[in-house]
Amino acid sequence: MNFFDDMERFGQAIAFIAEDGESLTYESTAVAADSFGARLSRRGLVFILANNSIASVIGYIGCLRSRAPVALLASNIHSDLLPNLLSAYRPNYIWLPRARACQVSNATELFALGDYVLLATSAGLLQAHDDLALLMTTSGSTGSAKFVRLSYDNVSANATSIAEYLEICGGDKAITTLPMHYVFGLSVINSHLQSGAGIILTNASLMEKRFWEQLKVHGATTISGVPYTYELLKRLRWDRMNLPSLRVLTQAGGKLNSALVHEYASVCKDKGMRFYVMYGAAEATARMSYLPPRLALEKPQSIGVAIPGGEFWIEDETGNVITRSDEVGELFYRGANVFLGYAEKREDLALGDERKGVLQTGDLARRDADGAYYIVGRKSRFIKLFGNRVNLEEIEQLIRNNGIDCACSGDDQMLRIYITSPALQNDVISVAQRLTQLHHSAFRAFVIDRIPRNEAGKIIYAELP
Amino acid sequence: MTMTNKQRYDKVFMDALNLQPQDLNDDLIYNSVAAWDSVGHMSMMAALETEFDIMMETDDIIDFSSYPKGMEILSKYEIQF
Repeated sequence: MNFFDDMERFGQAIAFIAEDGESLTYESTAVAADSFGARLSRRGLVFILANNSIASVIGYIGCLRSRAPVALLASNIHSDLLPNLLSAYRPNYIWLPRARACQVSNATELFALGDYVLLATSAGLLQAHDDLALLMTTSGSTGSAKFVRLSYDNVSANATSIAEYLEICGGDKAITTLPMHYVFGLSVINSHLQSGAGIILTNASLMEKRFWEQLKVHGATTISGVPYTYELLKRLRWDRMNLPSLRVLTQAGGKLNSALVHEYASVCKDKGMRFYVMYGAAEATARMSYLPPRLALEKPQSIGVAIPGGEFWIEDETGNVITRSDEVGELFYRGANVFLGYAEKREDLALGDERKGVLQTGDLARRDADGAYYIVGRKSRFIKLFGNRVNLEEIEQLIRNNGIDCACSGDDQMLRIYITSPALQNDVISVAQRLTQLHHSAFRAFVIDRIPRNEAGKIIYAELP
Repeated sequence: MTMTNKQRYDKVFMDALNLQPQDLNDDLIYNSVAAWDSVGHMSMMAALETEFDIMMETDDIIDFSSYPKGMEILSKYEIQF
């Protein structure tokens, strides 16, 4: 069984406490979720414009329990971006704040809860793969139509692993600091539901008095945050605040600098609290590794070890597994939480498992002699010119620092530099030559109309001529 | 000519939140303008501490929820408006 189908087992324990103080037991959450699910046709696609509210979580759990595939988006997603997503996926239902309902045309209202309404669209029957449970954006950003496809097993497996290594128990209460459309935010909710713990729902930020009031009144035991959260907490001198209920801090969503890791680990140790550094990706539902608190002082740079049920290994450039410690290669992960694949449009929802439990992370890592892993950088694109290893990413950056926008590609024979200004064709070659100290015959400059980029501003190398 | 405390307070607000003089009124509260999010809040608190050479208490930083409330809080640090 999994946390969403088997909520009733925690009966009268409190699952959610909302901003207005309203609380919901596990049993009543299940009942409310099922009455939401009963409005949906079989395998109809649901979009939720989610915030940290009872209505959002009821909709989300209702979708999981009734096996309706669901995409979580920000409740404040810009009104310019929503139409793209609606036309790419044509959801059958949209669960959103009533104030935004007018932004969806040709839809009928089916159901309301709190300030949320369920709209039915005229979209046709969805051909979705049986395993498809959840669609999440990869970056937490709101504009891209690219989702990760996650299965019921993915969601359940990751929640189980996280609950195990964080030792979440029924008496714990997490307070939300992240939105639930962000994989880290959602994983906090899922893993606490797994253990019959409580979740204090708030949309307030750490900079607002009502956040701290909720934390104190309801006795939150756990705060989860991204690196920025930990900078804010430090700035607020959290260690001097009177927060007797707090027992656990967890950090993910990017690398927190090791000095801060050390500082938090040390303060937490003194206070008898646990501080967890974690690593993951939307492609792994959320979590892939955690640094056990006892190691945080000793190895503050480390992402720790694979989560229970998961496995890491490192491969060299030719795809061979690196077994020696401290040798750098690309980090791979295997586990039941590895996503099914990406989706960019409705038709992709029929696709099955394209990844077979293996994720190539794109991160460069090493493992120390004790088995702890370290991320040392992002896998870059390397070529060898005259036997010299050249990092294309680095060259691009250096040329840009000279005021020339460019994209670099190439092979071991030639480095190709794409620019948009014909007047700079010669200049850019001499810049590259000067930067690398390699013979200029290794470089060719090509003038193109524009450098192909996606919405996030990343260069699409496959579209270079 | 030296600026009054009110002028200095207003300038910090306008610089930190990218606002015009007419935006500074009793309706200006946390999250009411895009720039006043948690990031904007923290940089504004730092700017106020520098401008008035004070060290604000945590409770005051999280209680600083509006333009008028901020003046009330700063008066605790002997900054008169």
